[in-house]
Amino acid sequence: MASTVLYLNNSAKDIIFSLLEDRFQFLNPNTSSDSLFSSLVGTVRILLCVANSPVNSETLDKYPSLECVVGSTTGLNHIDLAECRRRGIRVTNAGDVFADDAVDYAVGLLIDTLRRISVADRFVRGGSWAIKGQFPLSYNVWGKRVGIAGMGSIGRRISKRLQAFGCSIAYNSRKPKANISFPFYASVQELASNVDILVVCCALTNETRHIISRDVMKALGKEGIIVNIGRGSLIDEKEMVKLLVKGEIGGAGLDVFENEPVVPQELYALDNVVLSPHRGGAVPESLLRLQEIMIANIEAFFANKPLLSEIELESLSWIPS
Amino acid sequence: MESIGVLMMCPMNSYLEQELDKRFKLFRYWNIPQTQQFLKENSNSIRAVVGNSMAGADAQLIESLPKLEIVSSFSVGLDKIDLNKCKEKGIRVTNTPDVLTEDVADLAIGLMLAVLRRLCECDRYVRKGLWKTGDFKLTTKFTGKSVGIIGLGRIGTAIAKRAEAFDCPISYYSRSEKADTNYKYYPSVIDLASNCQILVVACSLTPETRHIINREVIDALGPKGVLINIGRGPHVDEAELVSALVEGRLGGAGLDVFENEPEAPEELFGLDNVVLLPHVGSGTIETRTAMADLVLGNLEAHFLNKPLLTPVV
Repeated sequence: MASTVLYLNNSAKDIIFSLLEDRFQFLNPNTSSDSLFSSLVGTVRILLCVANSPVNSETLDKYPSLECVVGSTTGLNHIDLAECRRRGIRVTNAGDVFADDAVDYAVGLLIDTLRRISVADRFVRGGSWAIKGQFPLSYNVWGKRVGIAGMGSIGRRISKRLQAFGCSIAYNSRKPKANISFPFYASVQELASNVDILVVCCALTNETRHIISRDVMKALGKEGIIVNIGRGSLIDEKEMVKLLVKGEIGGAGLDVFENEPVVPQELYALDNVVLSPHRGGAVPESLLRLQEIMIANIEAFFANKPLLSEIELESLSWIPS
Repeated sequence: MESIGVLMMCPMNSYLEQELDKRFKLFRYWNIPQTQQFLKENSNSIRAVVGNSMAGADAQLIESLPKLEIVSSFSVGLDKIDLNKCKEKGIRVTNTPDVLTEDVADLAIGLMLAVLRRLCECDRYVRKGLWKTGDFKLTTKFTGKSVGIIGLGRIGTAIAKRAEAFDCPISYYSRSEKADTNYKYYPSVIDLASNCQILVVACSLTPETRHIINREVIDALGPKGVLINIGRGPHVDEAELVSALVEGRLGGAGLDVFENEPEAPEELFGLDNVVLLPHVGSGTIETRTAMADLVLGNLEAHFLNKPLLTPVV
């Protein structure tokens, strides 16, 4: 009998199925025949979770034999990891396949926001250069103090790149990291008071939701810039919009929002923000590598070999046990 | 020094204008209705000209100012100043090197990221409310792309250093191979363009480098290649660039400078694979203030008979 793989979200099809349909039997609650579904629902061991489709205890209850959830994203805030750990279900993520591209994007948003690239491009395309003359001066990137909220593999890569721009780096994370010599701040607010730019790239958890609060943004100050490539809910978006509109923070480069694809309309009129539709990792090379790592995880699972990008659930101290 | 006449050629920086006005007898050339008449009446008091990348001192202006001693340019490039004429007449020339190097290099990388990752188009997509209708398309990876640099001077080197942090292999073209670098050298621009994915113009504008980006170079760069120009507009044969972009023979372009500023070719306004900037390479508050201080410092040094800070001639 072919090994069975469960999926819940139809976009899984485009990403991975064509490469695997010869080797595995796929099961889906909406498209599989009733007889097939009812014969396998009790025995299926692996779930493919593409994009942000939620996996919670209700989902897990339906498939009592699940042993593994293969995710397609870097952050797994849509998967109830505490519940998976409790049930002994293993979980994999996208590993670092998106890291370089998310980091490039963060640096791009940072330069764009400070140097007003998107605004200046609108200025030229709208014909304003010839009529209004000189474009207003912007702010330099060189030598700025950058605070990284979340010093994982993305934070590290951002630091490496920004050092080449003469930026000084400081960071906040749950604990100081070994092998990282940048100044560590135990609170994000303290970090924000000591930098010009705050780059948000930590994982979204119950603890980090709205970690960039009104107080943190006030500490960043009138000339401070926020870059968010993590998740929208890391920032208190309502407060951020208010502060941006009032000029109480200097600007923002945002690839993620709290209620995607809805973006607060107040931001559309602002020239000190750069808005992007969650495209940080969206280059063909990354998606190809994502396919490879997801397939490799599925194959390793059925071959009883170590998974490639397994989350060490036992060591995640922020998950309530 | 209040009696020394200084002629400022065009508006360039309000801080500089203010400071010049405080320290010297400042004439604002752009406000003068009858320039011939004005030059006749004031030629004996004008001892300094302050210009920039838009307006400098050509042979005619130099000839009409017999007391001119120094041209202090609010720019690094001096293509608007007749340097030979200045040499001939013993007129000193200064520019503002170094202080803008980092800004221009930052912007060059910003343009690469904006073109490859479609930052400006993404921003337009969101502001037009299109995200709700579906995901934005995939874009192009930047990390690891090969970067070719024309002119490995201060700015070219600063760009290379940044691009290396993105794991980009670096190659370059210049008149001669540099001894103090490991970057790959190509003795021809066409060879460089054939062997890189992103080509950056970072050399100074001279008769030899005018239209250094011609049709052959553009074709060598090809339909997946990206051209970045943070040098001067005339480095690029703009008509050829426009037709290559419109016909899809070139992958994309990030342009901070144009042949006929402040005009940019309208044929490009509808294209999503270009980023068009209004010559803002050094346009940050911090850098413009540092540049203004250099212009002022050079003028004061000259009139106090001290060594110039950043002399060219």
